[in-house]
Amino acid sequence: MRRTLLESLIRRPVTEAAPAPDEAALQELAGSLDRAARRRLGRSLSIREIDAGSCNGCELEIHALSNAFYDLERFGLRFVASPRHADVLMVTGPVTKNMREALERTHNATPDPKWVVTIGDCALDGGVFAGSYAVVGGVSNVVPVDLHIRGCPPSPAEILSGLIALVTGANHRKRA
Amino acid sequence: MSQMALTDTIDGLKVEAHRPWPRLVVSEAGWRAVAAELPAGRLTLLGLWGERSAAHMAVLDEDTAEIAVATIECPQGSFPSVGALHPPAIRLERALHDLYGLIPEGLPDDRPWLDHGCWGVRHPLGDRDNRDPKPPPYAFLPAEGESLHQIPVGPVHAGIIEPGHFRFTANGETVVRLEERLGYAHKGVDSLMTGAPLGKAARLAARVSGDSTVAYGLAFARAVEAALEIEAPPRAAYLRALMAELERLANHFGDIGAICNDASFALMHAQCGILRERVLRAAHACFGHRLMMDRVVPGGVSCDLPAEGAATLRGLLDELRRVFPRAVNLYDNTASLQDRTAATGVLRAELAHQYGAGGFVGRASGRAFDARKRPGYTPYDRLDFDIARFEAGDVNARVWVRIREVEQSLDLVEQIVRRMPAGPIKVETGGEGRNAEGMALVEGFRGDVLAWLRIDDGRVANGYLRDPSWFQWPLLEAVIEGNIVADFPLCNKSFNCSYSGHDL
Ligand code: SF4
Repeated sequence: MRRTLLESLIRRPVTEAAPAPDEAALQELAGSLDRAARRRLGRSLSIREIDAGSCNGCELEIHALSNAFYDLERFGLRFVASPRHADVLMVTGPVTKNMREALERTHNATPDPKWVVTIGDCALDGGVFAGSYAVVGGVSNVVPVDLHIRGCPPSPAEILSGLIALVTGANHRKRA
Repeated sequence: MSQMALTDTIDGLKVEAHRPWPRLVVSEAGWRAVAAELPAGRLTLLGLWGERSAAHMAVLDEDTAEIAVATIECPQGSFPSVGALHPPAIRLERALHDLYGLIPEGLPDDRPWLDHGCWGVRHPLGDRDNRDPKPPPYAFLPAEGESLHQIPVGPVHAGIIEPGHFRFTANGETVVRLEERLGYAHKGVDSLMTGAPLGKAARLAARVSGDSTVAYGLAFARAVEAALEIEAPPRAAYLRALMAELERLANHFGDIGAICNDASFALMHAQCGILRERVLRAAHACFGHRLMMDRVVPGGVSCDLPAEGAATLRGLLDELRRVFPRAVNLYDNTASLQDRTAATGVLRAELAHQYGAGGFVGRASGRAFDARKRPGYTPYDRLDFDIARFEAGDVNARVWVRIREVEQSLDLVEQIVRRMPAGPIKVETGGEGRNAEGMALVEGFRGDVLAWLRIDDGRVANGYLRDPSWFQWPLLEAVIEGNIVADFPLCNKSFNCSYSGHDL
């Protein structure tokens, strides 16, 4: 049984070619990566995800990054359980007031140098939830943000090309 | 209650222009009389919500599938607590108090629920009270006893999970009590809806819980249509059902994989991840969005199936029917997996009925309620499908409900594609100048979603959206008792309650 299933899994490899780094993301990053960062990152990044009150749509697509089609780990990108092991904080949601303190604390617990990447339109400026008594509206109102990946939710391919831009950003800037 | 029509048993004044089910304004005695039917098991609580100076409760007679809303005016700012008689209402009343400031008299737990003291205002939807913007500090339930220890977890978790706080009281390995604290994802959807034009309100509804965006879009749209006495065209009804079944398939694949992953069986997780991705890609090919957000709109749907849509869906069905049975076989024949899921996290049937637990949580514990069948809505009355029902109430039964529902949804997609009528996909809503109320109950993947709306001249004057998780989260607390701490993730995944949908 296990063999037939494995065969069905690997008979046709489903993993796709890497998307190109997102051009807009590269530009946004140009200012935020320095040489020290590049040295520390190499081509590997540890990501800590934090849901600051999303609708969970963005989480679904972040989850999808680990499926066999996108296979995030082949790019040296992996999700870690503790902010203390993270290079990157990946934040979703409009930052509810009830999550503000937890976001700040997680940011403080992440060692420098670190980068903050937001996923989704909510995290950019509150999205459809902007203006509510219950949301701060936009992650950059709480912690400094290096890269916004837009969409509602952005597709896994869009998230992936944003992240690839993050790891290749420094080189790109040197060439430019 | 089946001898008499539900509305005859509720003593009150019927409100005009509330559709499709009646709403009655009741006296205090009338309110208490309806509330008393709940613990007796003669009625099931479907929802409880407020407005500035009134409280509403929606109830269901499970024998006849009749639904009614009882309303109590609260000129003094209070009403008799339903939670005092019927525990499933407690959190709803705590939330109602946080948002509107009305006092449920006699509520046994008067701690705030959604209000964590961070809003800068109390009772944001009632008469705003800015004098003392913070509720008193939150006190967790005390736990005393020798050798008990507490384990607090969250609101930020180790994985990619929504925010919430769990406090375990354990005796060695065994959980003596779990206390949930939710509300971290509270975004103030009710207040954003108030006064919003229908289009904007529909986009908000579609973002209450992203995994159920089709179900919420549909519940909202059907409530609007009920209020305004319009009907989506037949083709739109079929397209809506198609999207709803694709959403159910995608979520069930995701859940089955995630549950097995928490039982340390990564192969199933990988396999189910592929199946889920295939569904989302087909959804994107057919409707231009992987989660199909904003595709269901009041009056119909916003986009039609492309010319190659039927072929895409047939290809999807072929692939899923080829691979899924092998995955099921694998689940069934892996003893180490069954070891973890069987007899773990057992939900007793009485509790499932008492809470009116919907979806796989209820159906794995003998409560076979499915809003697609009863009260029912089109086009499901013209489609063949069965309700999956199991009795064991354990993690394993919740997996099997999902497996059977995947099979049913595959059949439903096939029937829908085959019978899809031609014609328009949308009618104008035309709510200008009208004042009306509408309500809908729609079966999402995790259970029945309730939407209630008051529409005033093309805008939402009041709105309430009730996620199935309201009646499932409290049961998770019950089932974990006596299990080991290490089995919590497994129990939790098998429930897969929504944080965002609950916190709103
Ligand atoms: S950006 Fe869209 S999908 Fe993501 S959390 Fe916000 S509403 Fe949900």
